[in-house]
Amino acid sequence: MTAPDAPKTASRFTPARLFSSYGALVAIGLVALVLLVWAPGSLSAFRLGNLGKYCAWAIAAVGIGLAWGRGGMLVMGQGVFFGIGGYAMAMHMKLEAAGPGGVPDFMTLYGNGTMPGWWEPFRSGPFTLAVIVLGPAIVSFILGYGILKRRVKGAYFAILTQALAVAFATLLISTIKQTGGFNGLNTFSTFFGQNLYDPQVKENIYLITAGLLVFFLVVVWQLYRSRYGELLVATRDAEERVRFLGYDPANIKLVAFVAAAVMASVGGAMFVPIAGIISPSNVDAAASIMLLAGVALGGRSSLLGPALGALAVGYGQSALSEKYPTQWTYFQGALFILVMLFLPAGIASIWPKLKALVPTKRSASPGGVGIEAEVEADAGAVAPV
Amino acid sequence: MTASFLGQDYLEIRDLTVDFDGFKAVNSVDLTFLQGRLHFLIGPNGAGKTTVVDALTGLVHGTGRAEFRGRDLLGMKSHKIVRLGVGRTFQTATVFEQLSVLQNLDIAAGLHRRAGSLLLARGKTPAKVEEALETIGLTTLANRPAGVLAHGQRQWLEVGMLLVQDASVMFLDETVAGMSTEEREETGELLQRIAGDRTIVIIEHDMEFMRRYADFVTVLHAGTVLAEGTVAEIQADPQVQTVYLGTVTEVAADA
Ligand SMILES: Nc1ncnc2c1ncn2[C@@H]1O[C@H](COP(=O)(O)OP(=O)(O)OP(=O)(O)O)[C@@H](O)[C@H]1O
Ligand SMILES: [Mg+2]
Repeated sequence: MTAPDAPKTASRFTPARLFSSYGALVAIGLVALVLLVWAPGSLSAFRLGNLGKYCAWAIAAVGIGLAWGRGGMLVMGQGVFFGIGGYAMAMHMKLEAAGPGGVPDFMTLYGNGTMPGWWEPFRSGPFTLAVIVLGPAIVSFILGYGILKRRVKGAYFAILTQALAVAFATLLISTIKQTGGFNGLNTFSTFFGQNLYDPQVKENIYLITAGLLVFFLVVVWQLYRSRYGELLVATRDAEERVRFLGYDPANIKLVAFVAAAVMASVGGAMFVPIAGIISPSNVDAAASIMLLAGVALGGRSSLLGPALGALAVGYGQSALSEKYPTQWTYFQGALFILVMLFLPAGIASIWPKLKALVPTKRSASPGGVGIEAEVEADAGAVAPV
Repeated sequence: MTASFLGQDYLEIRDLTVDFDGFKAVNSVDLTFLQGRLHFLIGPNGAGKTTVVDALTGLVHGTGRAEFRGRDLLGMKSHKIVRLGVGRTFQTATVFEQLSVLQNLDIAAGLHRRAGSLLLARGKTPAKVEEALETIGLTTLANRPAGVLAHGQRQWLEVGMLLVQDASVMFLDETVAGMSTEEREETGELLQRIAGDRTIVIIEHDMEFMRRYADFVTVLHAGTVLAEGTVAEIQADPQVQTVYLGTVTEVAADA
């Protein structure tokens, strides 16, 4: 019962494996260095603001990587959770701008100037922060429980979540007096009492956003190396088999779904003070797909791929959409299709593929080379970096 | 496997029926699987062997009774049945190809862990996993992705996964199918080694393998129990001979 090319190290985690796990942490450290030290020192306030916006998307993307890349759930409606966080934050900031006891300007513009009761608690900063975290957690738990326990998966799951995003945006547009409708919520003045026009405040908001991105990267790093992370991948690849290991796959997926929703919400919340607006177009189906495109591009099951992909797509959108506002949408769609067709595991999968091409002692072993290279490449896509 | 169960752990099936829209794939089957013996379940294709196991593991709906440790398995959810100590393999081996052999075993060993501890990375290899690696002979391949394992090795890994999940009843669906002669022998010996205080049920087509390793045999045919007994008794049974001669001729005609 031995294989010809069995490594000498037996049933323990090899140093190489440990290194690759901590190597990923080093990579996160590099990202942190670039985002938190280099960028604030080198970029103009305008560019830094843009980067902050991409970071907000990237936070949502990290969650999508968890749910889709590792959990196999094609979450096409993350805009909903992005929107919950975004709107909660925007409502709070709108109330700050209106002053104590004041009513947001648009309500007088479109309505009779009375504020719906459910706006009232958002005057409180702590309440708003709690909603940003707990709101999506509760909503995604209820939705996820209903969907996943019924074993809805694959395309049905994708369509269902997408439909939620459509419904959410439609609801927002149709409730102009309560949510600002198509225009969304904008024109803010302060962020938790800090003047939004102060460059230092802007930089701080950027730093919080980038810091949260790094924080969530560390969270998923720990999740991916944990037993839960292995179980999640196992569930993605062979759900029925996991059931016969004595786990309920629905519960395993539910954890990832809820975590992804919270991340999207936090991203949405940080998007608002940077972009100065949240509107249905930031949370609808198209916005949800834009988030997916970044994740797909970067490599959905890799640790850094989703975040870097989201940053790249965000940058591409700013750079190209200014020059070619209409073409950008097509370009983005084409990019998504091309990646899914030719590089289904994203850019992150290129490196392991290249490595597999170089004949090393392991991959050059006789017999089953085809399978081996493929498995190594796939394993690479799942490996921590 | 507490001492009180020793020698008296059993799975008792009474009047098991599985109805697929009017077609009774399993029809009022009575079976008793006892601890410590290799119980073979044989029968021609479509006899209902897999369906019996499917019903006992919550994969299809069956009626009747299947009592194990005071619980009726019929109507229980699959993952709860597993937690009770009833495990199975599938006709096509399904290991997690991207995970290493070690990870596969570790995941299988995890069903009794507290949920919170799942969020931690694995420290050192649990003794149970180490032991199972040894038993199934895959120690040297522990860190290889399961996807590169040969067919026979995958089946052993499956058996190892049942070992670490503390399955005291194991249903093995055509485990040696497609194995080489040596692999079959190793598998037979492996099963004899682990039989001890477990209840092992093996679905098999290979008569040679059955003759060598079976302690007890049940022959299913068209959803009913055709005969039961030792290998010698089964071989002497004229009904079994007719059924098998029939299929053998068919198979020969097909080929
Ligand atoms: N889900 C199902 N729906 C309808 N019929 C089914 C289903 N599963 C199995 N059957 C039928 O039930 C009968 C028994 O099938 P089963 O798979 O249990 O046979 P088996 O004894 O395991 O055969 P084999 O040796 O080929 O694996 C077959 O006629 C099969 O076509
Ligand atoms: Mg079968």
